[in-house]
Amino acid sequence: MHELAVAQALVEQVESVIRQHRAQSASLIRVRIGPLSGVVAELLANAFPLAAAGSRMEHAVLDLVAAPITVRCETCGAQTEAAMNRLVCGACGDWHTRITSGDELVLESVELETAPTLAPNS
Amino acid sequence: MCDTCGCNLTPGNRHLAFKPVAPGTTAVSVLKGLLAKNDDQATHNRAHFDRRGILAVNLMSSPGSGKTALLEATLTALKDEFTCAVIEGDLETENDAERIRALGVRAHQIVTGTACHLDAHLVHDALHQIDLDGVDILFIENVGNLVCPASFDLGQHLNVTLLSVTEGDDKPAKYPVMFRAADAMLLTKTDLLAVLDDFDPDKAEAHLRELANPAPVMRLSARKALGMEAWLAWLRSELAAQRARVKNGQTRRPAIQPDGQQLHRARA
Ligand SMILES: Nc1nc2c(ncn2[C@@H]2O[C@H](COP(=O)(O)OP(=O)(O)OP(=O)(O)O)[C@@H](O)[C@H]2O)c(=O)[nH]1
Ligand SMILES: [Mg+2]
Ligand SMILES: [Zn+2]
Ligand SMILES: [Zn+2]
Ligand SMILES: [Zn+2]
Ligand SMILES: [Zn+2]
Repeated sequence: MHELAVAQALVEQVESVIRQHRAQSASLIRVRIGPLSGVVAELLANAFPLAAAGSRMEHAVLDLVAAPITVRCETCGAQTEAAMNRLVCGACGDWHTRITSGDELVLESVELETAPTLAPNS
Repeated sequence: MCDTCGCNLTPGNRHLAFKPVAPGTTAVSVLKGLLAKNDDQATHNRAHFDRRGILAVNLMSSPGSGKTALLEATLTALKDEFTCAVIEGDLETENDAERIRALGVRAHQIVTGTACHLDAHLVHDALHQIDLDGVDILFIENVGNLVCPASFDLGQHLNVTLLSVTEGDDKPAKYPVMFRAADAMLLTKTDLLAVLDDFDPDKAEAHLRELANPAPVMRLSARKALGMEAWLAWLRSELAAQRARVKNGQTRRPAIQPDGQQLHRARA
């Protein structure tokens, strides 16, 4: 269950964004996740509350955006969708392809709650 | 790139940043890999290896596919040629490290407890407990597991994924993340092929190609010393390649760790 380790890494990153931007808390956390990242979205969603308990993002919504798998063919140049275990070119069938989407595991954005009435120079 | 918070604004994604939302709320674009901290540590580990001219090889497979047996045969064959060292990762026990030490090779055992994979921090701790002086090749035997070890860069230069012929030739199709990460795939225990009629090595190789992976496939039996020469020759050529890289101040990341370029490229 490495999704817990990934959730803990996510909490650390969001915590540092909260700190950097002097915010109160995070209300929404958007993660882009491709099936080839090796992390299962449902398991990450289940692990997140455990990792976030007691932190400044424990009430945040975790928005997991599923990235599609697409490949670019090195032979014919076509960009096509592919299946997780069949990463061949959808146009010509060649297996000499490169992943253009689908292996990412990226913290895309965070919505931060800032103090509503922050006294100046307090 | 904003180094402090990981903001990575490009013309393509600038519109995502600081988008006005509800009052009292700020949206911040981050675009940073979730495993960035592990990857930074892995980069540091790789620098340790490169400074000493060491080639680091990470062995991954299901439990029991023959990683330690392969190491035993390999270390014995290379004994007079290179100095090797081994880091062993297991959930429990020192058994594998003891098997390696019995050959007179230095070995450090990482006992992960509940963690089903090694990560770059565990390996770094181990690096400071093992004598790397004069080492040419460092083997890291990962925890037997076909799922998560592929997601954690340890600082190795090469991933070697073992598939024993008792496991079924469609494993690459079932565990694409792991087999996509292989810089070489070894079909092990080939002495058993004669008694198993349902494992087709060509099919296993075809499944690997369907993952767009050009890695060499070697068929061997560590126990019966079959096909070892091709594997040893591959190691020799990879060590030579590593030495050439070190001379030119370059390094190499294993097959498919998504590189920073890709993680940070603009997404509209
Ligand atoms: N027939 C045959 N058996 C082998 C061969 N290599 C390993 N084995 C057997 O497979 C079993 C597991 O081998 P190990 O080398 O311990 O496997 P491992 O991948 O290190 O196992 P873990 O570290 O527990 O994941 C042992 O009983 C070995 O004797 C081989 O080439 N041929
Ligand atoms: Mg072992
Ligand atoms: Zn094509
Ligand atoms: Zn910033
Ligand atoms: Zn794991
Ligand atoms: Zn160090």
